[in-house]
Amino acid sequence: MTVFGAGGGTSSYNEIEDADLIVFWGSNAREAHPIFFHHALKAIHKGAKVYAVDPRRSKTAEWADSWLGLDVGTDVALAYGVGREIIHAGLVNEAFVANASVGFEEYVAACEPWTLEVTSRETGVPAELIRQLAHDYAKAERAQLCWTLGITEHHNGTDNVRALCNLALLTGQVGRWGAGLVPVRGQNNVQGGGDMGAIPKNLPGFHDVGNPEHRAKFEHMWGVTMPPKYGLTLSEMMEAMDEGHLTSVYVVGENPVQSDADTTAVARRLQNLDHLVVQDIFLTKTASFADVVLPSTAAWCESEGTFTNSERRVQLVRKALEPPGSAKDDIEIIRLIAERLGHVWPIQTAEQIWDELRAVSPAHHGMSYRILEERGGVQWPFPDENGPESPFLHGRLWEKDPAKRGRLAPFGIIEHRLPVDKLNDEFPLRLTTGRRLTDYNTGVQSGGFNSPIRLGACVDISPEDMVRLGLNEGEVVRVSSRRGTVLAAARRDPGLRPGLLFMACNFPDEMDVNALTIEANDPISKTAEFKATAVKVEKTNEELPQESAVAETIDRDRPDKELATANEEG
Amino acid sequence: MNVHYTGATDTPVRQITITIDGKEVSVPEGSTILTACNAAGKDTPTLCYGDTLTPKNACRVCMVELEGSRVLVPSCSRKVQPGMVVKTDSERVRHSRRLVLELLGSSVDLSTTPRIPEWMERYDADPDRYGERAGESRRRDVHEPGEHHAGDGSVADTMCQPIKIDNDLYVRDYSKCILCYKCVDACGSQWQNSFAIQIAGRGFDSQISTEYAAELPDSACVFCGNCVEVCPTGALSFKSEYDMREEGTWDESQQTQTTTVCTYCGVGCNVNLHVQDNKIVKVTSPHDHDIGHGNLCIKGRFGFSHVQSRKEDGDG
Repeated sequence: MTVFGAGGGTSSYNEIEDADLIVFWGSNAREAHPIFFHHALKAIHKGAKVYAVDPRRSKTAEWADSWLGLDVGTDVALAYGVGREIIHAGLVNEAFVANASVGFEEYVAACEPWTLEVTSRETGVPAELIRQLAHDYAKAERAQLCWTLGITEHHNGTDNVRALCNLALLTGQVGRWGAGLVPVRGQNNVQGGGDMGAIPKNLPGFHDVGNPEHRAKFEHMWGVTMPPKYGLTLSEMMEAMDEGHLTSVYVVGENPVQSDADTTAVARRLQNLDHLVVQDIFLTKTASFADVVLPSTAAWCESEGTFTNSERRVQLVRKALEPPGSAKDDIEIIRLIAERLGHVWPIQTAEQIWDELRAVSPAHHGMSYRILEERGGVQWPFPDENGPESPFLHGRLWEKDPAKRGRLAPFGIIEHRLPVDKLNDEFPLRLTTGRRLTDYNTGVQSGGFNSPIRLGACVDISPEDMVRLGLNEGEVVRVSSRRGTVLAAARRDPGLRPGLLFMACNFPDEMDVNALTIEANDPISKTAEFKATAVKVEKTNEELPQESAVAETIDRDRPDKELATANEEG
Repeated sequence: MNVHYTGATDTPVRQITITIDGKEVSVPEGSTILTACNAAGKDTPTLCYGDTLTPKNACRVCMVELEGSRVLVPSCSRKVQPGMVVKTDSERVRHSRRLVLELLGSSVDLSTTPRIPEWMERYDADPDRYGERAGESRRRDVHEPGEHHAGDGSVADTMCQPIKIDNDLYVRDYSKCILCYKCVDACGSQWQNSFAIQIAGRGFDSQISTEYAAELPDSACVFCGNCVEVCPTGALSFKSEYDMREEGTWDESQQTQTTTVCTYCGVGCNVNLHVQDNKIVKVTSPHDHDIGHGNLCIKGRFGFSHVQSRKEDGDG
């Protein structure tokens, strides 16, 4: 995080139990993170007040004291409105602002236009609710501000996050037990992947590729010279494929043909490549485009390693099953590829590789497998095996001694910019996407079990729009955006406001939602704007596709395809 | 700061000493007599006690004799106080445990309750002395208040009723239910807060039920399986286990348990994978882990099949 200097949730799950105010902003934790929500429920039963800020009146909002149903993509405006109200009501934590932050004057100036009236007009949230949220957040003893992809999956996702960080800085709701900023991660090891350097600008253990000192550590350890250039993000790779600079791609454990925005464009790009390698536990739709498929073990139960969760806790992953057929551990696949490239790497266990990481990452240095085993996981930073664990980050911002306080946290001066995909007369409805309780990502894993409460591929429509469009529940509609069109059954959802639609992204074979979404990427995080698509809905007599489309793509003949197995020569 | 710092103040916890069966034992203040019994190596039968739940005092099988107390006390809920003198194997305690086990054994199918044969033998319990069991009742879900007709005593009334199989994830066999409330508490305000089940009916007609006895897919159930996790008798069981028991292939001696991390969202719940013949046969969750406390959601609990379907497809 640019603001505080460490990319991770600032609080532990247990802290939310002691919070007296919880704000779920763009997070439907009740469905998307049910066990994290258990901790919030403890606080709710102790009397904590809850706000849900979400275009939809979600399952999480059903537990909230107040629901702020904002228009999609107006989060920055709402945050400015809340900030201005805190300032004008004299509720700024002035001591904390003076001690811990820079850029307060500029922030005050940026807030100034956002009166309650202006904010209310821009966001669709009643002024009184904005005022209440501002006052409750500023006055709370310990406030937790939680968000998920509702904040980040926008063309300005990074700005959205900074807008929320501003509120915590303004009120001192960070760096204390129970007060913090909590981005709840969508996938089991998003945090760990980033921490281990699976970010184009990073090396493992929070090292910067562009920093010669950081590189030197790795060059020394590995006895190689490292390229100083940053890598490409996923969306930059997509651009590079369009421009023809990127002609070979190696995909590990991703299904971009179904998970990325504007899937038609993604499929076209992959087909145009000279060489595509896909390493996965399934023959996914993406794998069906590959020249070489490397079957791998399921990381969570067929191999050893670690995952890092949303509270920065590194936990051991253990092998419970023998992998099927010729599937190989990711570590072994990479080693064999290196070998074929002429580098003989030693055969190493997951623990040996982890110890190598510990040698270069001070934040992980104390986390031996033994300690991880004993404690049921350990939160970073944990430099010393005997040292204390850090339940929350940024306590330093409260230190009076400038040396201990360290780098001050800057207020983010950002602009409110509406979603790229504009509504007009042709595409008058706003589609947002997300996950339901029983489903996950492109359904490759969650599709494996028969959930009795799975709603499946459908488009949720407000009762008002159902009437306006003359629709009954279950009738088939054609949903079209400027990029694509899909058929879906209509489902009435009283939690939606008129003009807003919702589709789950977990059934791409039946309903390719990302054929509709726009590839409008955030300039910093490069996350696409999955949450805001302009669409139209038409009633149709067409039938829903019966067979799943994935079967066709898998059967499609690709003469050059080689279902490689890593053990052929190994 | 200690391991997984909890925010509580670091006041040292006082040790309380009590006497159990003539021997002194010390446990931290706030502990229960059951904890002290465990510390003293006294094996105490429990059914309704749950290590992640508030004591319900429902089953009465863990009762002990406490000096100065007119009645026996439930060890799972009574907190220790300095100088308590407790007897765990006196004639009164043995008689009480025997009666509880016999009454449960005569009315409930305890065939899948762990350790029952051992306890029955230890306390000389003979459930059969209440006579032959009455047959299966198909009306337990639908009776009206006050409708119950007491039997003539020639047969032992039972909980026996048809098994409810209304989904592919878990099965309810209320013939095995001892009404301990653990599932209700796990589903309710103590953990899941879905409130899908409650006790319906009163007296011997009581039973756990969804609203209007609706089938699970039509109820408020979200299929987290946290009720199955705490069920002490196997009245609630995973469909995978149920099917294997029916086939006669369920064999715990051939199973391994491995704790790993769930493959779905970023919360990082720990899962115990029970594996037999290289297949996951059920998923539980460690009760002493402070992320989930034994709880999971539907994906963590049941979303493992994708791994096995790969196996059936060969190298998938």
